[in-house]
Amino acid sequence: MVKAKINGITVNVPEGTTILEAAEKVQIKIPTLCKHPDLPPTASCGICIVKLVGSNKMLRACCTPIEENMDIITHDPEIVEVRRTVIELILSKHPNECLTCGRNGNCELQKLAEEFGIRTSAFQQFLPDIPPDTSTGTIVLEPRKCISCGRCVTVCQQNQNVWALCFMDRGFGTRISPAGDGVSLSESPCVKCGQCSAHCPTGAIFENDDTAKVWKALQDKDTYCAVQIAPAVRVAIGEAFGYKPGANLTKKIYAALRRMGFNAVFDTNFGADVTIVEEASEFVQRFTETPEKLPLITSCCPSWVDFMEKFHPDMKENFSSCKSPHAIVGVLAKTFFAKKRRIDPANMFVLSVMPCTSKKYEITRSDEMYSSGYQDVDVSITTRELARMIKQAGININDISEEEPDHVLGEYSGAATIFGVTGGVMEAALRTAYDYITGGKLKNVEFENVRGIEGVKEGAIPVNGFTVKVAVAHGLSNVEYVLNKVKEAKRAGKELPYHFIEVMACPGGCIGGGGQPYGITDEIRKKRGEGLYDEDHNCKLRYSHENPFVKKLYEEFLDKPLSEQSHHLLHTTYVKRPEYQK
Amino acid sequence: MEQNTTATGDVSFLVEKWRDKKGSLIMILHEIQNHYGFVPRDISLQLSKLLDVPLARIYEVITFYNYFKLDPPGKYTISVCLGTACYLKGAPEIVDEIKNLLNIEEGQTTEDGLFHLDVVRCLGCCGLAPVMMINGQIYGKVKRSEVVDILSRYKKED
Repeated sequence: MVKAKINGITVNVPEGTTILEAAEKVQIKIPTLCKHPDLPPTASCGICIVKLVGSNKMLRACCTPIEENMDIITHDPEIVEVRRTVIELILSKHPNECLTCGRNGNCELQKLAEEFGIRTSAFQQFLPDIPPDTSTGTIVLEPRKCISCGRCVTVCQQNQNVWALCFMDRGFGTRISPAGDGVSLSESPCVKCGQCSAHCPTGAIFENDDTAKVWKALQDKDTYCAVQIAPAVRVAIGEAFGYKPGANLTKKIYAALRRMGFNAVFDTNFGADVTIVEEASEFVQRFTETPEKLPLITSCCPSWVDFMEKFHPDMKENFSSCKSPHAIVGVLAKTFFAKKRRIDPANMFVLSVMPCTSKKYEITRSDEMYSSGYQDVDVSITTRELARMIKQAGININDISEEEPDHVLGEYSGAATIFGVTGGVMEAALRTAYDYITGGKLKNVEFENVRGIEGVKEGAIPVNGFTVKVAVAHGLSNVEYVLNKVKEAKRAGKELPYHFIEVMACPGGCIGGGGQPYGITDEIRKKRGEGLYDEDHNCKLRYSHENPFVKKLYEEFLDKPLSEQSHHLLHTTYVKRPEYQK
Repeated sequence: MEQNTTATGDVSFLVEKWRDKKGSLIMILHEIQNHYGFVPRDISLQLSKLLDVPLARIYEVITFYNYFKLDPPGKYTISVCLGTACYLKGAPEIVDEIKNLLNIEEGQTTEDGLFHLDVVRCLGCCGLAPVMMINGQIYGKVKRSEVVDILSRYKKED
């Protein structure tokens, strides 16, 4: 332990603790801009400077480990003045476009400028002339607003192992970009996960706003508008309205969506139950008939699918061919539901509200996304976009009464709701697969060892005298470890290390998705996850295949899991894609 | 003329030469730069696979150091000194004149691939300020009005 003083207050912290972390322990908030709790310090902005008593030297609190007997001053008039100058210098190459910026109201730079009472431009502005990159249709890169903090680059390279973004050039000309002049994000390895946008402190990277398309559809009297919300949205959107992370607003969101004018309010969780029925059947089939096609790898996450298609196309055959839950609700809305209600699917508009930027890409990623004969999901928006729409619609979400979803694509099991958190798809699939293989129920439906925020989680479940080995990875940098183990075992002709693998691209799973409310930390990930686990725990229905509406769907429409009709509507294919198109 | 930024060639022998040595990426890039006069994208892509280093990292290195170029050099490289002595003796005017005549900016190559313009800090002969150099040939005490003549000599030679 190290003993030191911060503003006269004694602190005792473990060796290696930074001044910034130590100050937090004694309720002192040192301002930061480049430092993010998910990432190692880059010490690039200089806002967090502090002084030692008796020394004029300024230290950066984010990257300086506290030492024995240090006597630190974090705030005095001189330090505040230096911080103000640093902000003014950053603002000298940052456009004053707050009112029309994608981060207006939740920008960390804007907040600091407000706290420091910046009223004038102290320095002449030099703005780089770099056009925005909207090529992916999911996230927008606006390098002019970049403050070179390096968060997006670190997240993309280290946490996600995608390496789509890098720093090009140096000094004043430094800019964030894919590798190469004239190479757009859509021509780069970018998997559209949006973690860059979730970590950017300013408006240099943000989600592509598709809300205008939604308002337009809602305004058209001849259009039948249906909407669905993903599991992770319900436990995060409250943060935009003053609720604590993890607060479950499912039924309030249904009510708000209905007031906004949607004719049918569905839940992606219904699709998750269908996904599980199909995917668990796929697992059972491979497990019992074609073990050479094991391990089975989950495919609900479009960024993970894109990552595999670019970096691991040799694993194509191991991917579940099952579509993701929102794609399933989309296609069922325009077929099963439309037929039942005698609605012409040509006049239907299906919106998905997702925690995810990549779902915007997924809805047109292959021909199978049109298997209803129309584009199955017309528009996908993020949690952040829905929060703005609710505000625009003037709906007081805090006081609105709860409502139920619409039949027949609304009801769901607890197994479906945990789809939104790392380990959840695996857990839900195991519940159903266990029943399919053994014809019996699990003693304990809650699989503790696939839960939690550990990067890779492993587990083993005895099934009919055989041990099913599973792995769960989240954050794409954790994928290599799992895939390498599989590839090595296959090469050596050894027993498979895993039979079933779940991957979600974003750390924490969808609850930590790139389209969720800003300010993500592990603490918030845990709370959002708990929100979903609580809902599952309190659900009467814990198994996807026992959802009565799922049963009805198969009886009336699909026949049985993996039937011809299921394959036509609910499954997809994968192709090898180049990392760079230029 | 469309500049050819692609190049064919096998760089696996370079990778073998430098494999397992510290700082190998920079050494390999040096050899590529010396051979081609720039680092062609196709070669970078090949290098990325061979070294198992992401292309983004290779481009971070290439664009960090002035020595590495992404575009083919001109047949003649014009280096104009903007060091203190040359600057005071009117070198900025020389740079402006070249930019006007050739219709390029610093660091760029003319469309016909003939001239490349670089600005440097010192050429080691401040007594001759303002100084410019074309492919190793030094021109001292250059006047703005002389630039057009000097350049036309190279155009004729071509």
